[in-house]
Amino acid sequence: MLNLLNVTFMGILRLIPSGIGEGLAWGILALGVYISFRVLDVADMSVDGTLALGGVVTAVLVANGTNVVLAILISVISGAVAGAITGLMHTKLKIPAILSGILMMFALYSVNIHIMSGKSNVSLLKQPTLLNLLSDWLQIDRSVINIIVFALFAALVIAAIYWFFGTKLGSAIRATGCNLQMARAQGIDTDSKVIIGLAISNGLAALAGSLIAQKDSNATVDMASGAIVIGLASIVIGELIFKKNLPFWAKLAGVIVGSIIYRLIIMLALQMPFAETYDMKLITAILLVLAMSVTVIKKRHHKKEAKHA
Amino acid sequence: MLDIKNLTKVFGKGTVNEKVALTNLSLHLNEGDFVTVIGGNGAGKSTLLNCIAGVFAVDEGSITINGMDVTKMPEHKRARFVSRVFQDPLLGTAADMQIEENLAIASQRGQRRGLGWNVTKKDSQHLKEVVATLGLGLENRMTTKVNLLSGGQRQALTLLMATMNKPSILLLDEHTAALDPKTAQKVLDLTRKITTENNQTTIMITHNMKDAITYGNKLIMMSDGKIIFQAEGEQKQKLTVADLLEKFQQIGDENDRILLS
Ligand SMILES: Nc1ncnc2c1ncn2[C@@H]1O[C@H](COP(=O)(O)OP(=O)(O)O)[C@@H](O)[C@H]1O
Ligand SMILES: [Mg+2]
Repeated sequence: MLNLLNVTFMGILRLIPSGIGEGLAWGILALGVYISFRVLDVADMSVDGTLALGGVVTAVLVANGTNVVLAILISVISGAVAGAITGLMHTKLKIPAILSGILMMFALYSVNIHIMSGKSNVSLLKQPTLLNLLSDWLQIDRSVINIIVFALFAALVIAAIYWFFGTKLGSAIRATGCNLQMARAQGIDTDSKVIIGLAISNGLAALAGSLIAQKDSNATVDMASGAIVIGLASIVIGELIFKKNLPFWAKLAGVIVGSIIYRLIIMLALQMPFAETYDMKLITAILLVLAMSVTVIKKRHHKKEAKHA
Repeated sequence: MLDIKNLTKVFGKGTVNEKVALTNLSLHLNEGDFVTVIGGNGAGKSTLLNCIAGVFAVDEGSITINGMDVTKMPEHKRARFVSRVFQDPLLGTAADMQIEENLAIASQRGQRRGLGWNVTKKDSQHLKEVVATLGLGLENRMTTKVNLLSGGQRQALTLLMATMNKPSILLLDEHTAALDPKTAQKVLDLTRKITTENNQTTIMITHNMKDAITYGNKLIMMSDGKIIFQAEGEQKQKLTVADLLEKFQQIGDENDRILLS
């Protein structure tokens, strides 16, 4: 019994690095979801399609000899274009945001298979991906390279988001998400702001997809299934740990931390003797419900305290 | 300065809920005019302001500001000339953003919003001075989020945001109605101070007939989408609440709210 426990414990310890790598890469998706759900206040489900799009575009391009940096760039741009189209559907055609996103995700399923010439996956094994190249060049183990590269990307993305939303354009997008009526009254073209915001959000989802495909050495058409829920779970867990009135950059860092913790919880849960890999979605759903209910209970508690005060 | 000609606005055209909110309404304002608007619930007062601001497309007629026909201009473009303060203090500001961020956004109204900093050090100092004119002590809380302010403070801030870069027309839609009487009076005093200093062309809807008489140089009374009475200058100054009530009674459009005030 003690022996068995020991084995599981060692197993878990060994899983931590891969959990951190996974959490960092998916954390970039969570940052994208943060921009649509929290900053823009638009419930955009496109990321399920655009994350896979990013992975698929990178895989096909790299497998066909394109430079990996260029491939990542093209992936991000294709995700951003898809996000902008979702934004157009929502603002100009007045299709509800949820439906616009679902339609985009739905359509991208076919598009992604087209990009893979009818196949449902493309392998990146032994291909010159960023991770493989760096690992060969620096002679560092892949699992370590994963963490370094993803942490750098996450830091870069946080810095870029922090800078952008401090600019006039970024502030106009924040105002649009915060109070549509005020934004229009202040002369902000809110339609274009929603479109730009969704382009950025989905560009980040595609970047995450590109990195995840390189990490897994594989891109599949359903690599992103449930991405929106995973992103939300990361955000909510991050918000549980990080206090509400922190500066913006700390909130963004909280999203990444939330994503890492989410991955570790999932990995831990899947180590349970009765758990199977396919239980991940069930566990994620329960986790999200729990995390959200804690938030609700906290709020109620605060209200009671305020009343007594 | 503002020329409204034969404006008609119909909601739900061709449906069972069809409602003519404005009927063939014309109104002319000169530079620096301060017009108060009174009328029963549903008279079309808010609709008139919303049409001027471009929130609703009009069915017929035209709106000209400073000689420019803006009838078809979208709301966000019209914001260069027209600014507003709403009845609900929550609507005028972005709650999750700081006081200075809100002010900076307002100061950029009508300009391109590019990749420069929203609030530079220089802006920050300038905005601080601007807020100090409110006399509410907000200049010491420039980086406080607006959702921590009271309704009155938010409304004062909204008023400042609406007037700081001198719009052609200021539209006030019962902007003190949601405040307690003391705060309402403060915001009204502030309104008078700012509009006088800037010689600001203003349209103010109010349900308080005393205020309607006290403030401004013109008064219009609306009923059923039409202007049914206008007074200006000396004629307006001589008006009494009793006079206005009588006018309402003549048209049978008195309601509780008007009788109360
Ligand atoms: N967005 C809208 N859709 C449909 N009907 C509206 C809308 N806004 C106002 N109305 C109707 O138009 C009429 C005038 O409303 P409004 O201008 O708000 O009146 P007031 O501000 O004078 O109380 C009312 O009958 C109202 O129900
Ligand atoms: Mg009204």
